[in-house]
Amino acid sequence: MEIAFEMTDDILISVLSGELDHHSLKEIRDSIDLTYDTFQAKHIILCFEGVTFMDSSGVGLIMGRYNKVREAGGKIAVAGCNEYMIRILDMAGIYTIAQCFATKEEAVACMRKEGE
Amino acid sequence: MEHINRIKLEIPCRSENEAIARNIAAIFSASQDPTIEELTEIKTAVSEAVSNAVLYAYDDDEEGSIYLEMEATGSGRITIVVEDRGRGIENVQKAMEPLYTTGDSRERSGMGFTVMESFMDKVQVESSPGKGTRVTLIKSLDRTNGF
Ligand SMILES: Nc1ncnc2c1ncn2[C@@H]1O[C@H](COP(=O)(O)OP(=O)(O)O)[C@@H](O)[C@H]1O
Ligand SMILES: [Mg+2]
Repeated sequence: MEIAFEMTDDILISVLSGELDHHSLKEIRDSIDLTYDTFQAKHIILCFEGVTFMDSSGVGLIMGRYNKVREAGGKIAVAGCNEYMIRILDMAGIYTIAQCFATKEEAVACMRKEGE
Repeated sequence: MEHINRIKLEIPCRSENEAIARNIAAIFSASQDPTIEELTEIKTAVSEAVSNAVLYAYDDDEEGSIYLEMEATGSGRITIVVEDRGRGIENVQKAMEPLYTTGDSRERSGMGFTVMESFMDKVQVESSPGKGTRVTLIKSLDRTNGF
């Protein structure tokens, strides 16, 4: 699993690629949290477009990051989920805590608008 | 007589083997002409069952094993058993409830069994405290398309 970061304003965009499971989760989580703290971001966007496999560990990743941004008064959004990810996120009722977008650009646009 | 294929293996109960286990299940199932959707569902369910064994079955200093058994019948019925000889589950019914977890509640979703049940036709869990857990995942492939 690989991760790349982009910062726009106070939004940390985490672009994930590869297979997301319990094994790869720890490294990804630590890397997101460290980057979030280092750059003093407020919001997080998780982009799943390059993710080729995901189990319920993905739900844990979103929930955990939600708790983190909430402490800073921020929001979390997800982007680029395929139909299997959407099924898993739906089951967990994730949309009550995170908005879901087709692309990370749409997620950024929406967060900016809400921040105005 | 119906043609049946079987595979049995024992792997160390470590997180690096989660991907290996689900990919072996996918290769085994692929010989039965599943759809991409069925294959993804099987892979995901196996990933859930195996990572539960890694997370919960054994103490950290214990070197336990996961026992995998796969069976495919000519009619397209795939059965995958994921077994451990670890601590077992006190209350299986409760463990299978959506959002129930005994793990770190900030990072674990408690959705593993719910995903298994949604992605497979049948999920059976047999467990006894101190002895281990046996999760049986069953899926009958839809043979109406293709061929
Ligand atoms: N192989 C196992 N051995 C012991 N306990 C288990 C096992 N599998 C599942 N459990 C228990 O069932 C609970 C629910 O599992 P699951 O639905 O996959 O959610 P999660 O993995 O997020 O905790 C776990 O928190 C654990 O207490
Ligand atoms: Mg689980």
